[in-house]
Amino acid sequence: MITMKNVRKSYDNGADALRGINLEVEDGEFVFIVGPSGSGKSTLTKILTGEIGCTDGEVMVNGFDLDRMRPSKLYKLRRTLGIIFQDFRLIENKTVYQNIEFAMRVLGVKPKKIKPRIKYVLELVGLQDKINCMPNELSGGEQQRVAIARALANNPRLIIADEPTGNIDPELSRELMALLVEINKKGTTILVVTHEEELVNEFTNRVVVINHGEVVRDGTGGYYGNV
Amino acid sequence: MFSRTCYFIKEAIANIFNHGIMSFVTTFTIICCLIIMGSCCLLALNVQQIITELEAENQMVAFIDEAMSDEEARGLEQQLLAVENVAQVRFVTREEAMVNFLDRYEDNSLFEDVDSSVFRNRYLIYLDDIALMEQTQNDLAGIYGVAKINALLKVANGFVTLRNILGIVALAIFVVLFLISIILMNSTMKAATFNRRTEISIMRMVGARNSFIRWPFVLEGMLIGLFAALCAFLLQWGGYNLLAENISGALSFITVIPFENMLIPVLIAFGVIGIIEGVFGSLGAVKRYLRV
Repeated sequence: MITMKNVRKSYDNGADALRGINLEVEDGEFVFIVGPSGSGKSTLTKILTGEIGCTDGEVMVNGFDLDRMRPSKLYKLRRTLGIIFQDFRLIENKTVYQNIEFAMRVLGVKPKKIKPRIKYVLELVGLQDKINCMPNELSGGEQQRVAIARALANNPRLIIADEPTGNIDPELSRELMALLVEINKKGTTILVVTHEEELVNEFTNRVVVINHGEVVRDGTGGYYGNV
Repeated sequence: MFSRTCYFIKEAIANIFNHGIMSFVTTFTIICCLIIMGSCCLLALNVQQIITELEAENQMVAFIDEAMSDEEARGLEQQLLAVENVAQVRFVTREEAMVNFLDRYEDNSLFEDVDSSVFRNRYLIYLDDIALMEQTQNDLAGIYGVAKINALLKVANGFVTLRNILGIVALAIFVVLFLISIILMNSTMKAATFNRRTEISIMRMVGARNSFIRWPFVLEGMLIGLFAALCAFLLQWGGYNLLAENISGALSFITVIPFENMLIPVLIAFGVIGIIEGVFGSLGAVKRYLRV
């Protein structure tokens, strides 16, 4: 599903964001990528979604070799992904329904299949009664659940969530993470990038800790492992 | 395909209203550009018209061999008309020629004894295109019975040069104004699109192809361009007629081309330029956000 071999990323200002990352994520896994601010988590996420390229190394995501992909073909990769952002990134002037519909239209899903699917994913995230609301009428947690619903709409093989709980309160964060775990149980591979220690410690899933652009720990047992 | 097209149109219309202020600014920009370009073209057309009218005054005179009788001289009319580039001919008798000659002098007592027989019968010849005056002169000179042709070639060439220069200047001004309006339009659309960069980045992140992102923008630009073109056309029409009325009142020797004579070409030109500006402005503005 995801293979990163000796991936390095240096920015133009000389900063080495990633210094030889090796990572394998199998189908159906739920993985936390954790680390303090500036550790290279965001760079890693951007590389996986094709937002930026790496300076060196190999990156394979859902069968796509990102090194060899032309920017104009990145849409092919992104259609196999569901991406969730810290700032939700909902289109402000579209309703909940239209935000999800848009993601499905992009893939050319037939109109008669769109409505039932949107209802299904909204039920999954518990927002079926907010279908006609505008994003600014929803709380932060609700907006993030809409973003999850949008990510799920096209039945992606992999969901990448970049700090999905960054803008919501701790109680909602736990609910949201529980939701992602539920989704993972249905077979979707999930990669959650976060810096929230406490949250990660509540789950037993695999945790990859990054610091100074390197993987410093890869295993289960929360942020610090079973120490 | 149909569903997708409907979706794009729906999106484009919704976007126009969702980004009302920027749509208004863009429309206003196109209207201004079109009116400036339109005014420049209409002015050039009117100047061309004035030159054409002046050109028409520049006729040639074909003198008929005095050995020919009046009847024979009149008989040449069809032959003269058959020459290429000859638009119209008018026969002037010896008597008429003498009257015209005497009219030129305030004191014509000197010519009291002059007899009309000293004048030749002649034709005034009007041309379709004075640029071809020399060629036409040669053709006419070859007709049996035509003794001499008087043609003001220098004046004709002067008009041709003036017309050509005016044409080039008008074209150059039009191209410059068109480019300025495209740049202006592009800047306006960039400002409009800047507000929508998040929207575009979301589209990219959910896997939209560049063409899928572009189409609503293109349609939006097209609709705005068309609407602006229609507004500009109506304003131009009203403004032109108002100005034409004032000019005709103050400067009666100038004939202003009625706007109604140019209605369809102006409407088509405004529509096409409005659409081009709208579409290319949108495309240029959205391009920079399609790289990520």
